[in-house]
Amino acid sequence: MGFRGRIRALAVERAGTGLPGPELERRLIELGFVEGAEVELLHQGLFGGDPIAVHVAHATIALRRREAMAILVSDEAPV
Amino acid sequence: MSAAAPTIALVGNPNCGKTALFNALTGSRQKVANYPGVTVEKKVGHLTTPAGRSLQIVDLPGTYSLRARSPDEEITRDAVLGRLGGDVTPDLIVCVADASNLRLALRLALELKRVGRPVMLSLNMMDIARKRGIEIDAARLARELGVPVVSSVAVRRGGTDELLREIDNAVASLAAAGVSSWKAPDAGELRGGQREADRLLYAAVRRGGERDVTTARADAVLLHPVAGIVILLAILFVMFQAVFAWARPAMDAIAAGFTWLGALVGSAPLPDLLKSFLKDGLIAGVGSVIVFLPQIVILFFFILVLEDLGYMARAAFLMDRIMGGAGLHGRAFIPLLSSFACAIPGIMSTRVIDDRRDRLTTILVAPLMTCSARIPVYTLIIGAFIPDRDVWGFVGLQGLVMFGLYAAGIAGALGVSFVLKRLIWRHSVGEPFMLELPDYKIPQAKSLAIGLWTRATIFLKRAGTTILSMMVLIWVLASFPQPPEGATEPAISYSLAAMIGSAIQPITEPLGFNWQINVALIPGMAAREVAVGALGTIYAIDGGEGAAEKIGQIVAGQWSLGTALALLAWYVFAPQCASTLAVIRRETGSWKWMWVTFFYMLALAYVAALATYQIARALGAG
Repeated sequence: MGFRGRIRALAVERAGTGLPGPELERRLIELGFVEGAEVELLHQGLFGGDPIAVHVAHATIALRRREAMAILVSDEAPV
Repeated sequence: MSAAAPTIALVGNPNCGKTALFNALTGSRQKVANYPGVTVEKKVGHLTTPAGRSLQIVDLPGTYSLRARSPDEEITRDAVLGRLGGDVTPDLIVCVADASNLRLALRLALELKRVGRPVMLSLNMMDIARKRGIEIDAARLARELGVPVVSSVAVRRGGTDELLREIDNAVASLAAAGVSSWKAPDAGELRGGQREADRLLYAAVRRGGERDVTTARADAVLLHPVAGIVILLAILFVMFQAVFAWARPAMDAIAAGFTWLGALVGSAPLPDLLKSFLKDGLIAGVGSVIVFLPQIVILFFFILVLEDLGYMARAAFLMDRIMGGAGLHGRAFIPLLSSFACAIPGIMSTRVIDDRRDRLTTILVAPLMTCSARIPVYTLIIGAFIPDRDVWGFVGLQGLVMFGLYAAGIAGALGVSFVLKRLIWRHSVGEPFMLELPDYKIPQAKSLAIGLWTRATIFLKRAGTTILSMMVLIWVLASFPQPPEGATEPAISYSLAAMIGSAIQPITEPLGFNWQINVALIPGMAAREVAVGALGTIYAIDGGEGAAEKIGQIVAGQWSLGTALALLAWYVFAPQCASTLAVIRRETGSWKWMWVTFFYMLALAYVAALATYQIARALGAG
């Protein structure tokens, strides 16, 4: 919790999701997950810390860890 | 440009305040219908601009992209591209954006520009953005984006003046629709679009704080892994207690009104048969249904407030894992919660679920959620058989039983979806759960009033059409043939209704149902709540009122506790609503799923009622 970082890349092959990779990639981008955007982990669910709520460039998005695996984040704290 | 009033389409992300803006622009001059062939809500309104122009406004379903993924979003795409034709082809597209959350909206605006129709960007909820220290250079944004940019505050008087002025300007010199260069973007194009949007944002917007402080503080509690779920359950509990307790005075008043009306007709100089028709068929029947309007309004009040507050998305977040365990999508929470009011809007709102199987599962279990139409039946039986006292000093026993019935429906729904997902559709991997958690907003009285008004009208229309005609039918069944001269039994014992009731008696006997219940179950198929009116007609046809309380006194004397409990169990599961089945057929596009729903629910209901009655009898309550 409270983890902050910057999106380095979208690696859809890492997500254990039912969606085809390109489709997942497009949906992530439509919700604002693009390279360079700042992210912060805000909340997580009761069971297994799933789903999670992520603050990405001024919006808060809820998603499951399964899909969030596709978002590679560098953990250098942004200024 | 079309010959009729120019059409303005409102397009925007979910939660951008588009509907509030639509309400502010059109007020009561709006109509809700369906798009042909699909069940997406079509909201069209009219307004007259300051310059005296008459305009038509279409509120399109919210979306992040024209790349449609659900039937709702397809409507938005097709309307914007002019594929739907008719009255929804926009002459001007107004892209509505939440001024404090512009980033995703700007990308959508860039996509809309490619459609080749005139576009305008409206920065909505400008007051909230200003309060949060967000400064937007609208002129710069307009220059960079290449479309007019105006600000609006949907919820304040005069807040739409600037938007209307700009619409007037734009409509005065409308260009014909150009050629659309839009095609479904791939990941690279979307990425490019977002980069461009981020550049615009950097150039034209200065932000104060990182996050909305109020939202951050509230979420620290409301989204807390443990406290959040406890609060959610508490909210649901309060909701049901309120539906039960708050509605009481209004219901009593309505019931008294209809009793008075019935007495008035009863003393009028009319032929006996006509008098009976008016009093016992029409007035008592309709009255016993309309009496539940207060409960429906209270329930929708809670649902609409939670929705407008931004809490519904949080509830989906909190429930996702629990629902996921039963094979349901977190997004199914909203349709299922709506199904507590009525399965029909609930099933219709499953359109927010993109994946077909997730959606189908939700549709199949939605009718198991305790809809408001069951409340009359529950209220009647609980009122007649469960003592009105407190347990543990503060919880009403009647409310507790009510809560138990709701819980039984929920447990049934989770069980059925678990079976579907784990045993029948074992090999499919579910749709991802991804949704935006909007900042909390204070619900606006006007939007709430319009929402409640729409819901109440829909209910009353049903009471006025389906239910009324069923009440007339049941009166006919219960009144003919007329008893012979010198009959000793009550008149209804000689009627068609009694014959039908007796005919199915062998099937329902093990459930403890008598023929009066059987008769009431038949019209109850049209709409569950009709069963109460029907019981009134059956028991009170020779001169009683349809008031629910009176029916309660009668059944308390005639049924055993086991029968009452079995009927409650039956009502939790039974497919007692033809309109729900019709909607399932329409939404799934197949008769198959409608019949699957009908038979699995019938089987569940029979087993549940059978078990309840037999156990109750074994315990001495038969």
